[in-house]
Amino acid sequence: MERYMEVRWHGRAQQGVVTAAKLLGETALREGKFVQAFPEFGPERMGAPVRAFNRIAEMPIRIHAQVKEPDIVIIIDPTLIGTEPTGGMEGGAITDGTDEDTIFIVNSPRQPEEIRAELDIDGKGRVYTVDASRISMEELKRHMPNTPTLGALARVTGLISLDSLVANFSENYSKKFSQKVIEANIDAMKRGFQEVREEG
Amino acid sequence: MATVTGTKKVVGLTGNSAIAYAMKQVDPDVCAAYPITPSTAIMEEFSGYYADGQVSTELIAVESEHSAMSACIGAAAAGARVMTATSSQGLALMWEMLYVASGLRLPIVMAVVNRALSSPINIHCDHSDSMGARDSGWIQLYSENVQEAYDNLFQAVRIAEDRRVLTPVMVCMDGFITSHAIENLTIMDDAEIKEFIGEHESAYSLLDTENPITVGAMTLPDAYMDIKHQQSKAMAASKDVVVEVAGEFEQRFGRSYGLMEAYMLEDAEVCVVVLSSAAGTTKVAVDELRSQGKKVGLLKPRLYRPFPHEEIMEALRGCKAICVLDRADSMNGFGGPLFTDIRAALYDTPQRPVVINRIFGLGGRDYTVEDAMEVYHELLRIKETGKVETLSAYLGED
Repeated sequence: MERYMEVRWHGRAQQGVVTAAKLLGETALREGKFVQAFPEFGPERMGAPVRAFNRIAEMPIRIHAQVKEPDIVIIIDPTLIGTEPTGGMEGGAITDGTDEDTIFIVNSPRQPEEIRAELDIDGKGRVYTVDASRISMEELKRHMPNTPTLGALARVTGLISLDSLVANFSENYSKKFSQKVIEANIDAMKRGFQEVREEG
Repeated sequence: MATVTGTKKVVGLTGNSAIAYAMKQVDPDVCAAYPITPSTAIMEEFSGYYADGQVSTELIAVESEHSAMSACIGAAAAGARVMTATSSQGLALMWEMLYVASGLRLPIVMAVVNRALSSPINIHCDHSDSMGARDSGWIQLYSENVQEAYDNLFQAVRIAEDRRVLTPVMVCMDGFITSHAIENLTIMDDAEIKEFIGEHESAYSLLDTENPITVGAMTLPDAYMDIKHQQSKAMAASKDVVVEVAGEFEQRFGRSYGLMEAYMLEDAEVCVVVLSSAAGTTKVAVDELRSQGKKVGLLKPRLYRPFPHEEIMEALRGCKAICVLDRADSMNGFGGPLFTDIRAALYDTPQRPVVINRIFGLGGRDYTVEDAMEVYHELLRIKETGKVETLSAYLGED
């Protein structure tokens, strides 16, 4: 069947999950790919579980459904691990639909091995951690773990390059954010790229 | 199908942003709207263009959708080019005025971001809103993806304003699935759009005191039926204008549109008929089954009102079993709106195929490639055995 690179983001409202998916889509498009980036809106309140999705491909993307078998799972809020956040949506556990090849990127100060145990995925997949919350607090002085996680994603998957990620953000968001905020986010992306940890 | 070329004009926009951008490029004389989820961002972004002085539009912020359509009607009767956008309950609240707009033959263009109707309240996609308005005298175009929504909006302006038509047009796209999804979008230059849509020259104007007219007069049994007959004939004839405008659009911009899209239908024995975004998902299932040697196809109507019954009959001629997927229930104990139309259109075929109905995707319920495969497998069983177990049902439910 037609295959795309599929990404599923898990976080909570106000953590920038939807924006992260948007930035990933824009960056991949900039690199000449066909993309989809779309959120799943459930109960709209701060702290509610939120999912967002990406598809990235060399061909036009025709599927218009949720991502059920992600190649990459990104967990912006590790407190969601082990829960089955549905919120009335057709959600499920973070690990649903994952297999031997799934890449997990988790915002956490802990080692990937510890997170693997929590994810309860036995020997499956590859687990990476990045302390995106700390990076964002240090760089942005506020909790916005999405941009460091995107840096980690660029490093781990090669799906997008760090250069494109930075270029898209600095060129397209200069109206929305001050130069100071842009630079802090770019530093956060670079640190996410540098500081992501792999197993073993 | 809309194809995306790798030019510098490829951008990543959501369906809502694409419509707002298209409206900016059209630069209508008047836009009156009351924002509602999931179409809110259209008016939010269009208001931004207005505030930045990028459009010359008179933007009217009204207190309800009923007022929005009323203001659109007044402005269109005065000779203005008029656009608006809505969803769900907003469209429902416009109901009374929808019929006034079409009966007065006012070429208003409205983006409808499809969303379920209350009750129970739900903000997600289905087609209950626009399906309820299918007999309101508005032309309806349905869009599979962001590119089609964008392209359809310009074509809608041309169709609505054509002197042979003079009928309002709804451009429908799926709420959230398309409205909130960033996809690759090939955009045109403002100048290209201006040239394609042309200047709006209203057939009649309330403000033209040299040629005074009456709008909205009471008509009695001696005239009402004749006016409705004219409207009915214009509606039926608009089909040809839709094809004509699509032809010119393709010539200018390279993307091909028609009354419908037939996908792998030439030699298909079984077929699914479905509107909008679900058609894309279904195409992937078609490819998969074709790779297994199964003769399956897809029909995606683009123009739903007027209903191109002859062309649909022709397109489905060779099929032995057909499933019409409706993203709305008519609550009539028989089947969804698309189903009853398709089934009626096939009554005159020599070998009447089996036509079943499955209701899917209500209130945003996900529709997957696997769902489509399940439907095709059932159709292939029906083709083999000639036996229909359930004529109408909810997909995946007993």
